[in-house]
Amino acid sequence: MIELRNISKAFAEKQVLKDVSATFEQGKVNLIIGQSGSGKTVLLKSIVGLHDIDNGDIVYDNRIFSEMNFKAKKNIRKEIGMLFQGGALFDSVTIEENVMFPLDLFTNMQFDEKIERVNFCLNRVNLENVNKLFPSELSGGMQKRAAIARAIALNPKYLFCDEPNSGLDPKTAIVIDDLIKEITQEYNITTIINTHDMNSVIRIGDKIVFIFQGVKSWEGDRKEIFNTNNQELNNFVFANEFIKKMKP
Amino acid sequence: MNFFSHMGRYSCLLKKVFSKPEKFSIYYRRTIKEIDNLGINSIGIVAIISLFMGAVITIQTAYNTENPFLPDYLIGLTARDTLLLEFSSTIVCLILAGKVGSNIASEIGTMRVTEQIDALEVMGVNSASFLILPKVIGFVFIIPFLVVISMFIGIVGGMLAGSISNTISVHDYVYGIQYAFMPFYVIYALIKSLFFAFIITTVSSYSGYFVSGGALEVGKASTRAVVNSSVLILLFDLLLTQFLLG
Repeated sequence: MIELRNISKAFAEKQVLKDVSATFEQGKVNLIIGQSGSGKTVLLKSIVGLHDIDNGDIVYDNRIFSEMNFKAKKNIRKEIGMLFQGGALFDSVTIEENVMFPLDLFTNMQFDEKIERVNFCLNRVNLENVNKLFPSELSGGMQKRAAIARAIALNPKYLFCDEPNSGLDPKTAIVIDDLIKEITQEYNITTIINTHDMNSVIRIGDKIVFIFQGVKSWEGDRKEIFNTNNQELNNFVFANEFIKKMKP
Repeated sequence: MNFFSHMGRYSCLLKKVFSKPEKFSIYYRRTIKEIDNLGINSIGIVAIISLFMGAVITIQTAYNTENPFLPDYLIGLTARDTLLLEFSSTIVCLILAGKVGSNIASEIGTMRVTEQIDALEVMGVNSASFLILPKVIGFVFIIPFLVVISMFIGIVGGMLAGSISNTISVHDYVYGIQYAFMPFYVIYALIKSLFFAFIITTVSSYSGYFVSGGALEVGKASTRAVVNSSVLILLFDLLLTQFLLG
């Protein structure tokens, strides 16, 4: 479980996050939604420690991450897997080496064991015969799946995904969503996804946190989201013509 | 940002770069790769430039010393000292600042804008050390070899140009390059090159590491890396020359 307690973050004069509190539960797919520029990427990057927060606490299973020193944070980071918007695969090495990278750095596994783990992770994300290919030789969806394989290589307790469906066609986006959902339930991990894709909200959102102009404006689940009186959230959710027709 | 902010940030980056590596075996492998990428792949351009510069220096020296009172072997001596003292260390490093510096800045800058550096940090890897340290060690290690290769090929280039153009005989040239030879000149060049290699790798890495934005900024960082490295090489050339020869 990950808890956010009154998080604030500003860049120079610009206040990006204001007093955000939320709880993200284990074994569930937690979504942070909001318009572009609402502060959700800053929030996600603050949770994983890529940005230092100005106020508040980030708590990973009763461990206060924001108060830890570099070494303690490093140990938590070994429990984190992250899928970036563009995949962020290392483009100078093959897919096999990408997935093997965390194993190389943080385990004492023998080469054969590492290969076995890499193949397991790649099979888990339904990627076959790509071990020796470079990231640039894969499609966008395959790159995302390879990035998920890398993220789960060390059996993480926490999985973070920043806009996992950006740049993907709707069918591939569903494949990625389902994969993340399956992995979350299978390994009982705490998954937090940043998205503004309503298909993902409807399909996999166990818990949803809506961020509006840096403030947590609403939280609930995918059933409640269509019956809320929150005007900003309604404007966001029903901006899509198709979803507008579903409005109760 | 002003000069002092850059110096502060550069110092902080160096502190991160020279912190204890996560796993020595991985750093060792990466260092070997960088020796190949930055050093071995530069042998070609170093050889071509040294060959032609050696030839040009010899012909120009011959042209400027056409005097019956000056012995021919002075052409070899001058070519040798020019190559040893300045060309093979400073000029070659200036050229490598262009090739290696832009390569490093664009590689690290691209990793920054495509979030590959963020991915390393999220995994708990010290990205500055992981990416930059092998480049610094690799290039500082290989640069003396490149300088010695440049010296040798430059002198051979001078000899070929002198004999082909009939400006100096091979015998006189060989006598000239051996005449009043001071081994310290080679050491002086090698010491300078070590400083220059450090400047090229760290300044270029700094430019790339702090890129924000997109492809345009990566290009600008690459240009900045080359310009800043070149200016610092010239500055340190002056300081080191005064310190070592003055």
